[in-house]
Amino acid sequence: MSEHLLEFRDVGLSFKGVKALDGVSFHVDDGELFAIIGPNGAGKTSTFNCLNGVYRPQRGDILWDGKSLLGRRPDRIAKLGIARTFQNIELFAHMNVLENISLGRHVRTNVGWLAGSLWVGKAKREEMANREKVEEIIDLLEIEQWRKYPVGLLPYGVQKRVELGRALAMEPKMLLLDEPVAGMNLEETEDMARFILDIREELGIAMILVEHDMGLVMDIADRILVLDFGTPIATGLPADIQRNPEVIKAYLGEEV
Amino acid sequence: MRGRPHLYVSYESEQSLLPTWTQRVIVVLFLFLMVLIPLNGGIEIGERVFQPLGFLSDNSWLKILSRVAIFGIGALGLNILTGLAGQVSLGHAFFMGIGAYTAAVLGGEVGKAHWGLGLPIWIWLPAAGLVAALVGMLVAPTAVRVRGLYLAIVTLGLVFIGEYLFRNLVSITGGSQSGRKFPELEFRWWQSEEPALAFNSDGPIWAPFNWLDWLLGPWINFPADVSEEAKTYLILLVLLVVFVVLAKNLQRTRIGRAFMALRDRDIAAEVMGVPDAKTKFEAFAISSFYAGVAGALLVAFIGRTIPEQFNLLLSVQFVAIILIGGAGTVAGTLMGSVFVFVFPRLVQDFSVWLTETVEAGGVLSSVADFFVSTSLDDPGLVSTLEGVSPGLNVSQLNLVIYGLLIVGFLIFEPLGLYGIWLRIRNYWKGWPFTY
Repeated sequence: MSEHLLEFRDVGLSFKGVKALDGVSFHVDDGELFAIIGPNGAGKTSTFNCLNGVYRPQRGDILWDGKSLLGRRPDRIAKLGIARTFQNIELFAHMNVLENISLGRHVRTNVGWLAGSLWVGKAKREEMANREKVEEIIDLLEIEQWRKYPVGLLPYGVQKRVELGRALAMEPKMLLLDEPVAGMNLEETEDMARFILDIREELGIAMILVEHDMGLVMDIADRILVLDFGTPIATGLPADIQRNPEVIKAYLGEEV
Repeated sequence: MRGRPHLYVSYESEQSLLPTWTQRVIVVLFLFLMVLIPLNGGIEIGERVFQPLGFLSDNSWLKILSRVAIFGIGALGLNILTGLAGQVSLGHAFFMGIGAYTAAVLGGEVGKAHWGLGLPIWIWLPAAGLVAALVGMLVAPTAVRVRGLYLAIVTLGLVFIGEYLFRNLVSITGGSQSGRKFPELEFRWWQSEEPALAFNSDGPIWAPFNWLDWLLGPWINFPADVSEEAKTYLILLVLLVVFVVLAKNLQRTRIGRAFMALRDRDIAAEVMGVPDAKTKFEAFAISSFYAGVAGALLVAFIGRTIPEQFNLLLSVQFVAIILIGGAGTVAGTLMGSVFVFVFPRLVQDFSVWLTETVEAGGVLSSVADFFVSTSLDDPGLVSTLEGVSPGLNVSQLNLVIYGLLIVGFLIFEPLGLYGIWLRIRNYWKGWPFTY
């Protein structure tokens, strides 16, 4: 069987009696932009949390490059090259933009506390190389003027961009975007869509997009998975999904 | 390039600790002054001799400054753990105690009532930090399990366990009755040699410094002999500067950022690749290292002390320092330790001054009399009388003010003295405009 970059095999996750995910299977290939949609509580964010190692599914398996991710700690999974942004911004509020994005480089750097404290050759060199990478990302996301601001003080749209930057700093193979344009106006949404497409084109990173903005999803996604109450109801190309009766039922209810 | 504004041309210069020349000059001048003070040196300009802050060269003030340096080092450690990594700890006194008694065993005199190997300072001082760091690592796993207030309670328990242990390990600590003697602040190469450098006795300053006298002699008076207090203060100042630089560097590099990330959002930090357990481990180890060194220096500075020195009050004092100074910042931590030790002295001097004003009579006398009680039947807030008096004595007044200050800072200025400084600075940056 050919190996996908990421494969969910019949994943089931439940909290006590509530089934958050039930038999979710899908796969994502290199460089693909895969979208997961569904009504509230469909299990989209739970899918991410399973993938990140924050939750551990009771059933099924999650394969990354053919190897199981189950039971691995979140920081190990991050090191494999899976980066993420969060639905309700999870930036480090008291750190500035530079520090936040630099933190994303934690997995790609390795200077320890002693070398860091002494600021000896290697620590200094790594810090400067780091800064260069961080500046590239700042450049890409057009947040130059906010560099030294504590992120807690920044406007919402900019915080979303910083979070994307922090994830990019990890130089991931796959990027999980949890509602990147939630609560944004049209202009901000268009900016974000542009960044997502730029990242895909310039960096070739595979992405999983969870989003409620159907316009955006239908425009940029390669393939779409629709979840409803934890069960997958359809997978396919945007055009097919739009016509799928099951999906229409999940979103709009049945005709009476 | 003349006439151009000073621009940063490399990331390195922008990210250095003191990026602008103004900052560099201020820091160098300040350090110069802090070194000049204990030497009682004056700057000669023509016929006059200037002694900026000369009053600090008084021995009682030098002792206060020495305490500022020792507690500054300890507080930097707590700041790394609590201010940066967000792990509330009340166990700092315990780690200081571990450091202190490690120093005592390694550096204490040989063949006395209590254990002592008579090793020199370059062994016992780092060892005090390392042993404390090891013990810190043993405690760290609890921080992975519990957080916030619960961690505070666990570490609170440490202080009591520590006090109990220290009280009962009489052959090491001397017990509660008389305590024990601790190693002295002197530099020797090996056990029984004459000290190459003694910071604990009056005498000439270290010979290699003579070139400074030769260089700066025309402008600056260097006294031939320096007091014990001045030498002690100088070596502690050097150590403090070293630890400040280390703490600053830690904060601006990879691990320091990981600490702050865990403090702000621990789950997100993990998802971004910061290992929770390992990072907390490191925070505890580094913080305890600072505490151990500070503990060893404290007992060497005091000379003889009992196990109760390392009680909860000491831990609380450190928490107070970083709260008053401003948690999470090195500058704030330093401001906090200066404040906590200098302020009581100012209150005392002020009380004495008030009493003198009352006794001298005059316009201010009646105002001062309102605050000060000068005899048993004179009501007043504070009194410098010996024994029983109607008012508080000076140390009681200090405790009251200390408590009020902590409460006040928590409510009105969570960023502490550093926050106040930031506001003053930002105001003058834009002056005369409002922003």
